[in-house]
Formats: sequence, C-alpha cells, structure tokens
Amino acid sequence: MLITCPYCGPRDVSEFTYQGDGNRERPAPASQNLDAWNEYVYDRLNPAGDHNEVWQHSGGCRSHLRVVRNTLTHEISSVVFARGHVPHRSPSRRGAKA
Amino acid sequence: MAEYSALALIKNALNGNKDWKPAWRKPEPKASYDVIVIGGGGHGLSTAYYLAKEHGINNVAVLEKGYLGSGNVGRNTTAVRSNYLLPANTRFYEHSMKLWEGLSHDLNYNVMFSQRGCLNLAHTPAQLDDFARRGNAMRHLGVDAELMTPAEISRLIPAMDVSPDARFPIYGGLMQPRAGTARHDAVAWGYARAADRRGVDIVENCEVTGFIREGDRIVGVTTTRGDIRARKVALAVAGSTGRVMQLAGIERMPIESHVLQAFVTESLKPFIDTVVTFGMGHFYMSQSDKGGLIYGGDLDGYNSYAQRGNLPIVEEVMAEMLALFPSLGMARVLRSWGGVCDMTMDGSPIITTGPLPGMYLNCGWCYGGFKATPASGWCFAHTIAKDEPHELNAAFTLERFRHGAIIDDKGQGATPRLH
Repeated sequence: MLITCPYCGPRDVSEFTYQGDGNRERPAPASQNLDAWNEYVYDRLNPAGDHNEVWQHSGGCRSHLRVVRNTLTHEISSVVFARGHVPHRSPSRRGAKA
Repeated sequence: MAEYSALALIKNALNGNKDWKPAWRKPEPKASYDVIVIGGGGHGLSTAYYLAKEHGINNVAVLEKGYLGSGNVGRNTTAVRSNYLLPANTRFYEHSMKLWEGLSHDLNYNVMFSQRGCLNLAHTPAQLDDFARRGNAMRHLGVDAELMTPAEISRLIPAMDVSPDARFPIYGGLMQPRAGTARHDAVAWGYARAADRRGVDIVENCEVTGFIREGDRIVGVTTTRGDIRARKVALAVAGSTGRVMQLAGIERMPIESHVLQAFVTESLKPFIDTVVTFGMGHFYMSQSDKGGLIYGGDLDGYNSYAQRGNLPIVEEVMAEMLALFPSLGMARVLRSWGGVCDMTMDGSPIITTGPLPGMYLNCGWCYGGFKATPASGWCFAHTIAKDEPHELNAAFTLERFRHGAIIDDKGQGATPRLH
C-alpha cells in the first residue's frame, strides 16, 4: 500500500502511522453531553467501502494527513494535509459507496 | 446418519467406503423457523448445536453466505487457551476450555484437540512480574498456570534462542499446560454434523440481504434464497458485523474491522511441541500435526474488510520469528492469508440480547474467537433460549462502554488496533 503524501510524494505505508477514524467529532472540552462523548470515544461507522481516516507521515515529513481509503480494496482516493482541512461530516453509511 | 467408530471404519474399509453419509444435509430453507442463526462459522454452528442439545430448540436454520468454514473458523492459527487476567474473561474462557476437553466425545467427531500448552515469554523482569500477577489471578480462579525459568524453557523448546546474547533475552515465561491447539476445520465440520443430526438446517450459499420487521421487531430476514421468518434472529457474523448491522439500520458500533495475517511454512520434522508467544512485539507459533509451522503477529493496523494484508507486517512477523528461532531462516513459507477481525473498544467480545427486539448479537471477537467457539455458542444459545444472558456472558454487553464497565484485559483503552 502506497500513500501519496502531498509533500513527499508516494511512500510505502510503513512510513506512516494510522491515527484512526477521521469521522469522529470531539465534543467541546466542557461539554457534559454524555451521548456525544460516548459516540466520540466508542462508536465507529466502520464502513465497508470509502473511509475517512487520519494518518501521520511519521517516518517522513511528519505531516498529519486526511486520507480517504477503501476498506475493501485498500485503494486510496484522496490525501490532503489535515492542517486547514475543513472536516466534513461523512455521509451516513447507507449513502456511502459500498 | 452414521456414527463414527472403529467398527464403522473397518466396515467401510472392507466395502469400498460406500456406506458413509454426507456429514450434513443440503436442505432448502423453510419459510419459517423458531431461530435463525446468521453466520455458519464456528460460533454460529456451535450456537445452533447447543440450542438443540441444551435447550431442545431444534427448529433452527444456520444461514451461511459462502460455503461452511470459509470464514474465520478456517483462517485462525488454532490456539486454545484461557490465560486471561480479568475475572469475566478468565471464567468465560475457562468454561470454553472445559467444553474443549470433552468436545471430540460430545460431537462424536475428532477435533484433534491437543493440550500441548501455551507459553508466554517474558523479556524483562517487569514483564515477568506482570506474568506472575496474571498467573496468580488465573490460579485464584482455578485455572492452571506455571511460571517457568529460562533453563526449563530451554529444555522444553531446544530450538529457541534463550542465550543472554539474544536480541531480547528471555527472563522466564508463563505456561498454561492445559492450553493447546485444535484442528479448526474439524471444529466447523463436527459442530455442523452434530447440529444437523439434531435437526438443524444448515443452509449454505445463502446471504442475508436485509431484515424483515413488524413495527420495531425483527421477524425474519431476506436472503439470496428467499425470505425466511423466525421468532428470533441471532447474528454470529464476527468480521462482517458492521455490514450486517447496517442492513438492520444500525450505523455505529463499538467495533472496527481490521485484517490479521497468518502464515504457514512447509512441513518440517517435529520442531516445537507447544504454543509459544514472543513478549517483545507480537508473535505466536505452533506446529501442526502435518509439520507446518503456523504463526502470526499483529494486525496490519488500519480498518480493513479485505481478507489480505500488506508487506510491512509480513516483514515484522518474520523478523520476530528469527529473533526467537534463528535456525528458521532456512524454512520456506508455504502460504499466507488474512482474516477480518471485529476489534472492539476494550478487546472483549459482545454476547447479548438485542440491540433490536427479536435480535440477538454475538460479535467482537477481536483475534481470539477460535478458542471461544464452544463457550460462545453455549452462552449465546442460553441467551437466545432464555432471553437473558448466562452469568458467564452477563458482562459482555453492548452497553458496557456507555456505562464505563469495560473489560480491558490489555489496558489499551479505546484503540481497537492495539488490543
């Protein structure tokens, strides 16, 4: 699996660290909405198909990246810097490409 | 259906093996059942078996989307053990171990359960202390555990590098002598045959495509072989839980799907007669009765439903193997493969009623599902039949995360790829 870092170009997956599901939205630190915290910490969309993820090019330029990767084929369709990226709420799984 | 016995073997040897019957029928699905079990893997088949045997519920269908045994029950590395730290896990897996000990007899099918022991290696004094603590926790609950010295380990596994010059010197290890391995295909076939003999319909090539509802209640499933209704619909589809729950309209679960790779070498002469795990990294190995070394390591580490992995883990697993067994540099790898694991947020499984009315859920086996096969089906059958969990699976709820009652044996927190 190759990930094309926007800064370094295509690099082997072993240079990158997976930082997990990029769909989650962290509640405000003072939030007392337990449902929102529970969803943030424990619940995952876990789609079979395109998945929004966060990776870090830890063995390279150390940029944090937003990646869209297909969990059925491992094909990567988009890589952008996480910095300045406006997180979009991913469509519900039923709407997502399966 | 013919019982397997020495007499039947001799009789069939003399008449050209003409009297053997198929191990299970190939029935057309009926329009309705008392219970539908989705998933014809080890857990689904054992659930159906114990529903019939322990609870007298015979009007059961097991729906399998592919052929029987094509999923994780045929993809694991066959280790069976109950060496956990936390009481909920230890009690559950020890119950499983006790069922394993009588399983071949119970099923009249040789699952080749071999109690050859499982040894966890410690590579620092602190790790050995931690293992001593876990061993004491096990013994406190009546499970066998022994701390071994490097000299004892050297006698048990002569091929292993126990010298002080090893890359990660061995300080000792925790052995569970009653642990071991079983032949995973035989477990699927044995449960299938025993369930079939008690009247369970095993329907292969039957993929569930949706759920039939009456109001809130699940009352059946739509499949590639027609609609099938049931009073109770039970899911045992670990690896595909996300996909099947999505069909029921549940989009979020405390689960991520990850791929785990496994490897087998060409057949070798007897080399290791126990299951050994490496403590500096993640590596485990045993030798099959055919002689192949079966081994694996960590998950690839990213969400995946693909039953194949990538090369960095292959390299890491081989490096760990050579750190323990330098002589295996000459061995040739015969095959590698991948299986999809339901990784939960605390590393422990889910066996529960719900989450929808009429539905029962068995999932989240991380990469420890094989050893749980008997107890998982036994507890799930109880949960389905009585509409409440047995005390052995009462802690394995779906709501435990919300309530903070997590069962995190490894202490990794909500990072599924690290469990």
